Amino acid sequence: MRIALFVTCLADTLFPEAAKATVRLLERLGHEVAFPPGQTCCGQMHVNTGYQAQALPLVRRHTRVFDPYDVIVAPSGSCVGSVRHQHATVARRAGDVRLAARAESVAGRTYELSELLVDVLGVTDVGAYFPHRVTYHPTCHSLRMLRVADRPLRLLREVRGLDLVELPAAEQCCGFGGTFAVKNADTSTAMLADKMRHVLSTGAEVCTAGDSSCLMHIGGGLSRLHSGVRTVHLAEILASTERDDTMGERAELVVRS
Amino acid sequence: MTRTFLGMPTAPTGVGHLRGAEPFPVAARRALADAQLRRNLGHATATIRAKSAAVIDEVPDWERLRAAGSAIKTDVMARLPELLEQLEQRVTQAGGVVHWAADAHEANAIVVDLVRDTGSDRVIKVKSMATQEIGLNEALEAAGIAPVETDLAELIVQLGDDRPSHILVPAIHRNRAEIRQIFLRAMPGVDPALTDEPADLAAAARRFLRQTFLSTPVAVSGANFAVAETGTLAVVESEGNGRMCLTLPRTLITVMGVEKVVPTWRDLEVFLQLLPRASTGERMNPYTSMWTGVTPGDGPQAFHLVLLDNGRSAVLADEVGRQALHCIRCSACLNVCPVYERTGGHAYGSVYPGPIGAVLSPQLTGVADNASLPYASSLCGACYDACPVKINIPELLVHLRDRAPHPHAESAVMAAAAYAMDRPALFAAAQRATRLSRLAGRRGRGLPPPLSGWTDGRDLSDPPPQTFRDWWANR
Repeated sequence: MRIALFVTCLADTLFPEAAKATVRLLERLGHEVAFPPGQTCCGQMHVNTGYQAQALPLVRRHTRVFDPYDVIVAPSGSCVGSVRHQHATVARRAGDVRLAARAESVAGRTYELSELLVDVLGVTDVGAYFPHRVTYHPTCHSLRMLRVADRPLRLLREVRGLDLVELPAAEQCCGFGGTFAVKNADTSTAMLADKMRHVLSTGAEVCTAGDSSCLMHIGGGLSRLHSGVRTVHLAEILASTERDDTMGERAELVVRS
Repeated sequence: MTRTFLGMPTAPTGVGHLRGAEPFPVAARRALADAQLRRNLGHATATIRAKSAAVIDEVPDWERLRAAGSAIKTDVMARLPELLEQLEQRVTQAGGVVHWAADAHEANAIVVDLVRDTGSDRVIKVKSMATQEIGLNEALEAAGIAPVETDLAELIVQLGDDRPSHILVPAIHRNRAEIRQIFLRAMPGVDPALTDEPADLAAAARRFLRQTFLSTPVAVSGANFAVAETGTLAVVESEGNGRMCLTLPRTLITVMGVEKVVPTWRDLEVFLQLLPRASTGERMNPYTSMWTGVTPGDGPQAFHLVLLDNGRSAVLADEVGRQALHCIRCSACLNVCPVYERTGGHAYGSVYPGPIGAVLSPQLTGVADNASLPYASSLCGACYDACPVKINIPELLVHLRDRAPHPHAESAVMAAAAYAMDRPALFAAAQRATRLSRLAGRRGRGLPPPLSGWTDGRDLSDPPPQTFRDWWANR
C-alpha cells in the first residue's frame, strides 16, 4: 500500500526519530511511504491558541498537499485530531464550504499510527523486539478525540521482550496542552508532577505514547529530575528489531544515508 | 454561518460575582502553593469521581439519556422566548407573580423591594447559583436585610466570610477541622465543646438553622428547572434544608436564569435521571421539591418568580457559544478536570468555576472581561466526556480563545509562524535556524520569558542533528 506520511511539524523539527521509525516500520511491513514535501504544520497551535484566521492558509495547504493520497498516517494523535475535528470547522467558519468538504475527505483518509496498523493494515504483531520495561501513557487526544482505545496496547503486547507495566491514573492529562504549558506553566507543572510520580511508581525504564508533544513534556520533566526514565515514541518501539535493540545507539543505527 | 447580534448586553460590572480580580494564571499560582487546599481538593474530587462513575455504569442507556438531555436543551434554546412567555402565563394563572430582570441590578432591586414589602429583616436562602451570580446577599445586606444560607456548605462559606469554590460543593476546599474553626468563630449560640466529627458539625448547623427556619417569613431560592407547560418550578437538593425554605415561609421568591425552562413535565424524567448520577453520584435525588404557583392553605401564600437574563441573551446570540446555556449545574466537569482539581474554584474568579465556568463566565461578561479563562484548560477533553448534556466544552474553549484579546507579542509570533509555515522553503530555513540558536544557547535550560514557563520545570531536549525532511531528502 502507498501511504503518505504526515510527519507533523514537531516530529519533523525536534523529534525526527519518531517519524523515521514510522517510515522504517511501514517499509518493513512491505508498504511504500511517500513524503509530500509541501507539508508544514496542520495549524493546531494556531487554532488552539485563538488564531483561526491565521490557521486557514495552513488548513488549505494541508488539504491540498494530502488530497492526492488514499491513506495518510501521522505519528501523533493530536495532529490527526486536529485534521479530523478542526480543519473543516476552520474552513466553514471562513465561509469556504468547498475547502471544508475537501478537508473532511482528507480527514477521512488520515490515521493515527496505531489506527493505521490495527484497523487499515490489520496487524498487531509488527515483528518488533524491544527488551525493556515499558509503561504506556494514553495521550488525551488519542484517547478522547480519536478513541484509539487499546490499539496501542495491543501492538505493545505483541512486541518481543517487552515488559508492559500498567500506568496508574493513566487517563489523566500530563499537563502539556500546547501553549497551555507556557500560559499556565504552574498548573501544567503541577499536573506533570503527578504524571511523573505515577510513571516512576511503575519502575519502567521507558514511558511511551503516541504523541511526541506529550512525550516532550513528560520527558522534559523526567530529565530535570535525573530520573533515568526515558520517553520513547510508540513508533520507535514498534520499529525496533533485534538488529538495533541498544537504546543508546539507536539514533546512529537507524540513520541511513 | 455565525451571526452576532450586536448590542446584546452582557452582565454589568460592579455587581455580582462573574469577574475575578486577577487573571487565572496569577490566582492559580497562589492556589497551587496551598498544600492543604491541594489535599482537600484532590481527595474530594477523587471521591466524587469514583462514586459518580460507579452509578453511571449501572445505567444501560446513559448515552441515550445524554443525547436526550442535549436535544431537549437545544430545542429550548431554539424557542426560548416562546417558552418563557408560556411559563409566565402558567405561573400567573397558578397565583404566582412573574418579574423580568434584564441584569443583576434589576434582579437585586426586585428581590430587595419584595422582601421590604413583607416587613422582614431576614431571609432564608436555598442554595442557588443565580443569586450568587448577581451578588444578592450583598444587595440584601446593603438594604439592612440579613440573608441566611441554609445549605450546609453555603452556610460554611457564609460564616467563614469566604467564597464558594465549587458549584455543588461550595466548601469543597475546606476540611472538617477548618469547618469546626469557622463554626466556633461565627455560628451564633454554638456549643464551645464542638468536635470535628461530621455528625457533630451537622448537628450544630441543624440546631442553628432550625431556629432560623421557624422564625423567618421569607425565603429566596433558585431553580433547577421550570416547566413551561405547567408553570411548575423544581429544586433538587440533598439535605432537606431547601425543602424547609420552600414550604415553611409565607413568601417565596425564586430567582431563575432564563435558560432553566424546559418545555414539558415529561422532560424532567430525563434530567432527574441525569443530574443526580452526574453530580453527587446518587441514583435518585434525595429531596426533589416542585411547586406550581400558590396553593391555598399549603406552603407559601405569596410566590414571586424573577426571570434573570444578565448576559444570557448575549450567549444565546452566539450559535456556537449558546450550548454553554445547556448546563444543568451538575459540576461533573469540575470533578474530572485536572486543572480544577489542582487550582480549586477561587482561581477562576467567577462563581462558575471549572471547565463550564471557563466557557460560561466569559460569555456572560464579554470575553474581554474574563480573557484568561478560555485558556485555563489543557483541552484534555475529560469535561466533554463527563457532561451529562454533552456540552462540547473543548470546542467552546477554542471558539472563545479565537474571540479573546491577544497579547501583541504573541500575535506577532503567531503571524510570523503562520507566514513561514505556508512557505515550505522558509519553514525549512526556520527549522535550521531554531537548531542553530538552540546550539548556541544554554542547552535546554533557562529560555527567556514567556518560554521560561517551560524551562522552570522541564528540560527541553537537544535539537536533533537533522530534521526529518533533511534526512528524507538525503536518504
